[in-house]
Amino acid sequence: MSRTGVDRGPALTGAATLVGLFVLLELAIRVGLVDRYVVPPPSEVITSFGRIVTEENIPQRFAQTALEGLGAGVLITIVGVPLGVLLYRRMVLRAAVQSWVAALAAAPLVLAYPLFLVIFGRSAWTIVMMGFVSGVAPVILKTLEGLTATRRVLIDVGRSLKLTPMQQFRLVLLPAAVPTIFVGLRLGLIFALINVVGLEFLINFGGLGQLINELAERYDLPGTYAAIAFVVLVSVLFFAGLERTERWLRPGR
Amino acid sequence: MSDPTVVPWPRPAPVARPETVLAVDDVVVRFQTRDAVVTAVDRMSFGVRPGEFISVIGPSGCGKSTLFNVIGGLVTPTAGLVTVAGEPIRGPHPAIGMVFQEESTFPWRTVLDNVAFPLEVRGVPRRVRNEKARDVVAMVGLTGFEEHYPSELSGGMRQRVSIGRTLASEPKILLMDEPFASLDEQTRLLLGDKVLQIQQTLRQTTLLITHSITEAVQLSDRVVVMSYRPGRLKRIVDIDLPHPRTSEVVTSEAFGHYVAEIWGDLRDEASRGMAEAEAQRGGTR
Repeated sequence: MSRTGVDRGPALTGAATLVGLFVLLELAIRVGLVDRYVVPPPSEVITSFGRIVTEENIPQRFAQTALEGLGAGVLITIVGVPLGVLLYRRMVLRAAVQSWVAALAAAPLVLAYPLFLVIFGRSAWTIVMMGFVSGVAPVILKTLEGLTATRRVLIDVGRSLKLTPMQQFRLVLLPAAVPTIFVGLRLGLIFALINVVGLEFLINFGGLGQLINELAERYDLPGTYAAIAFVVLVSVLFFAGLERTERWLRPGR
Repeated sequence: MSDPTVVPWPRPAPVARPETVLAVDDVVVRFQTRDAVVTAVDRMSFGVRPGEFISVIGPSGCGKSTLFNVIGGLVTPTAGLVTVAGEPIRGPHPAIGMVFQEESTFPWRTVLDNVAFPLEVRGVPRRVRNEKARDVVAMVGLTGFEEHYPSELSGGMRQRVSIGRTLASEPKILLMDEPFASLDEQTRLLLGDKVLQIQQTLRQTTLLITHSITEAVQLSDRVVVMSYRPGRLKRIVDIDLPHPRTSEVVTSEAFGHYVAEIWGDLRDEASRGMAEAEAQRGGTR
């Protein structure tokens, strides 16, 4: 098989699997195995895409959710990574707060949204900050894990070449930790996006989350699922961007 | 109570040895474990002459790698000292280039960028360092692989990248800790040839830590034999085999004699180490 054929193999298999599942679901709904008032037929969801794009102002809503997600993503990176580095450098601080940060990662922070509403008002800031708070803990923990797990021999290579602490960090520790830091960023972004869309839904403000709320209340099930598909698209775009950034920062994998 | 085997602080003045570029003088290394103080290296002394290839050999657990770290400046000895051209080592020394036992290439850098790394940290401009690195890559036999990443190379090639990276820093002394330990026997012999060829071309002073007798005899001008724990100097064997030398030397009669002689020194030590390890395993059951 040609190299291009090998490269495209997984993507084609993935697409074929998805199409196969849709066909099976369509058949199951049409023969009455699945109630069409709970799950609409995929064909109706697909045909509703055009309708919700034109009638529900999807481009503007999509952009708003994507920008709120991006804002939360940028914040979890510029705050989470330095905090992870700080915990790596300061043993006492690490011993004192690591378990608290782990607890924060597992906490259902979305329940604190009324507090954020009081602080930031019913605005995009509430949504961005909720996403940030929900996603920052995994980034801190994974940054710490990546730096701590750097192979001793790589650090010794740096020491043998008399690198300054800054060079050791920039040229050895950080590149070695990049894959683990990106695991944290992926996790953080998942948490952030869930909270962004969830809060748009809850406070009925802004992008795709609000649209899902409205369509669900109108009992427009095909439209609701089509809107959910756009949320998935936001997630796919973010993950593709993260993957490219990781490959750029950490080649050779 | 004072221990008569430990040279007291302040350390003694460096011993003047005009023929010696690297001197290990009465080095003692002790570690505090949970249960006891363990002496890893005990009053080890020897010198390395300019341009010489010297190997340190000993049974597993005799403190060879500890000695490597002391000479490289990564571990401070409990007593004694190491000097480079009379200058005491107090941390990693620019005259010493280290090649580690474990695979140590940077996986995120290409072969060329790995080799150029020491020049990059010194601030050498990219064009100059790449030119120099290309020469070193050719020297270690990796021409054509400059833009490959370590994940695309075999274990032997990766170890050659590590050696190249160390050579690019132009060290006076090349210090290697069992760099071929994870490789198969044939690759070891061929890589030994490559190292010997580089060493003979550059007249590079080289200190190799190894547990392989054949490797030590194949490559060295002298072999330092260590005892089992605590690691002490047992004997220094002069290897009087002709130069330039290749792996074909392993078929000669003289080679066999040297191997037998060193094995004679090591056998009792290795047996003692094995018996102690088995006793420890029995004790923990």
